[in-house]
Amino acid sequence: MHVLLEPGFFSNAPVRTALLLGAVVAAVSAVVGVITVVRSQSFAGHALTDVATAGGSGAYYLGVGALWGFLGGSLAGAGAMELIGVQRVRRRDLATGIVLGAATGISALFLYLDTTVKATTGATQQILFGSIFSVSNSTVPYVAAFSGLVIMLMTIMRRPLLLTSLSSEIASSQGVRVRLVGVLFMLCLAVSVGLSSIAIGSILSTALLIGPAATALRVARSIAAATLLAIGLGIISAWIGILLAYDSFYWDPSSQGLPVSFFIVAICFVFYLFSSLVLARRRSHTTRRPVVTDFAFSAEGH
Amino acid sequence: MSIGARETPPVLEVDGVSVSFGPRNILNNVSFEVRAGEFTGLIGSNGVGKTTLLRVILGLQSISSGSVRVLGAPLSRRSRALGYVPQKVLLDPDVPMRARDLVALGLDAHKFGFSRRSASERERVEEMLVAVDAESFADSRIGSLSGGEQQRVLIAHALVSNPKLLLLDEPLANLDPGSVQEVVALLHRVAKDHGVSILLSAHEMNALLPVMDRIVYVSNGQVASGTTDEVVRSDVLSKLYGHHVDVIQLHGRVFVVAEPGTSAEDVPEHPRYQVD
Repeated sequence: MHVLLEPGFFSNAPVRTALLLGAVVAAVSAVVGVITVVRSQSFAGHALTDVATAGGSGAYYLGVGALWGFLGGSLAGAGAMELIGVQRVRRRDLATGIVLGAATGISALFLYLDTTVKATTGATQQILFGSIFSVSNSTVPYVAAFSGLVIMLMTIMRRPLLLTSLSSEIASSQGVRVRLVGVLFMLCLAVSVGLSSIAIGSILSTALLIGPAATALRVARSIAAATLLAIGLGIISAWIGILLAYDSFYWDPSSQGLPVSFFIVAICFVFYLFSSLVLARRRSHTTRRPVVTDFAFSAEGH
Repeated sequence: MSIGARETPPVLEVDGVSVSFGPRNILNNVSFEVRAGEFTGLIGSNGVGKTTLLRVILGLQSISSGSVRVLGAPLSRRSRALGYVPQKVLLDPDVPMRARDLVALGLDAHKFGFSRRSASERERVEEMLVAVDAESFADSRIGSLSGGEQQRVLIAHALVSNPKLLLLDEPLANLDPGSVQEVVALLHRVAKDHGVSILLSAHEMNALLPVMDRIVYVSNGQVASGTTDEVVRSDVLSKLYGHHVDVIQLHGRVFVVAEPGTSAEDVPEHPRYQVD
């Protein structure tokens, strides 16, 4: 047990908070992430992380809680993208790109001010790459409440959302309010990005949003199964990441431990690579057989 | 002939509909109807406004004048009496959605809520999968199916909510000849079995000749409608095209051959010409 788990893992309060926060954030990211991938809006999701960065660094400068900065930033970003026209496929990249560029500029300003004027040297690291161990206990209920709201909204609108994501033409002909559904989804995406920014940093929140979802979508047989699998993969990634980061304090006495976000993202990526292997094996099983029978048939014919 | 003399009221009445995109008139005073249980072909070359007309009927396209009535009632936002299979639906092979899931969305995708599907709803989905011969691939990813198979699943999706009129936009385009015959036969059978009227757009009418009860021929933003014998004639189509066209019958197939350069005035007007 000592090999895997360094002493004091479960008795450590920041660790327990991190485990809880990681699980909640991984779950909401997975639920939203599956639809983000199906709608091909990963780029929009990434742009929102940049706006969240701007919001988070701004909140730091103003002395407001980082959670509110992240949430406010990504919601404002979603609103701006909506105004420019993220709903229309042809303008989607444009809307996303413009918002992303502007937000990154604002982040540069605030991060500069944070480090120079306020002399908080850790700000850049904390906002961009997260610090799940330093999240205060009082933040957790807010994160849980917002996550619950997003998961509930996603559940209520799962069917209109799914058909709209598949074909907005079919959906609108069936009476789905395509525009409303699109706006509500952007809202969920913004909140989910804001929440995961707290845990693993704004820049890396895309990884938790897209990674487990993309992996699950490759191997699952239905959207519901993919969502459950993505939640599972996300939580496992978060927990193993936290465990390894905790253990890394003990790996080298001179070090201060390695960043938890690195481990979480690395594990998400390993899962994705593993799914490629699973798929490759599945494909070779399904394609090889007809080729063989074809050959047998033509050999018989001659 | 008075309306009361007809056995059944029309499922769809399009009356004097005009549509313009800016200065361009796409449809100009278009009128026709689709009768209960009938198979109607909406025929015309690419870009003449067939899709626009179907979108008008669905209430997705605003009109500058005229009216559309479905089952005798003016069109509201979207009538549940209509089923629609749009053209060129790109179903992503990377999305893990089974054919069965897409058909089921035809029942309830317009509703928000937590509810699970009832046993009778699942039965209805199964019934539609059987009706379009899709049982064998009901649990496959739709994106991985062939064009003809996807078409059948989309037809089941459109029919599952029990509509009275099924609209299909170029369902035969991009299918190989064998699949074309299959889809036409299937639509004919499903329409008879489920009491659904069909309005199907196509740029090529020959595959539809055996099953078509009536034809709505579109050209120059206007239509000529009636039975195939009434519409697919040199005089009627020449009037519609605005220049002389020949209708050539060959081995039971019909070819409309345009001769640009001849003006409509050179063509004698046929006394039986009508646009109803």
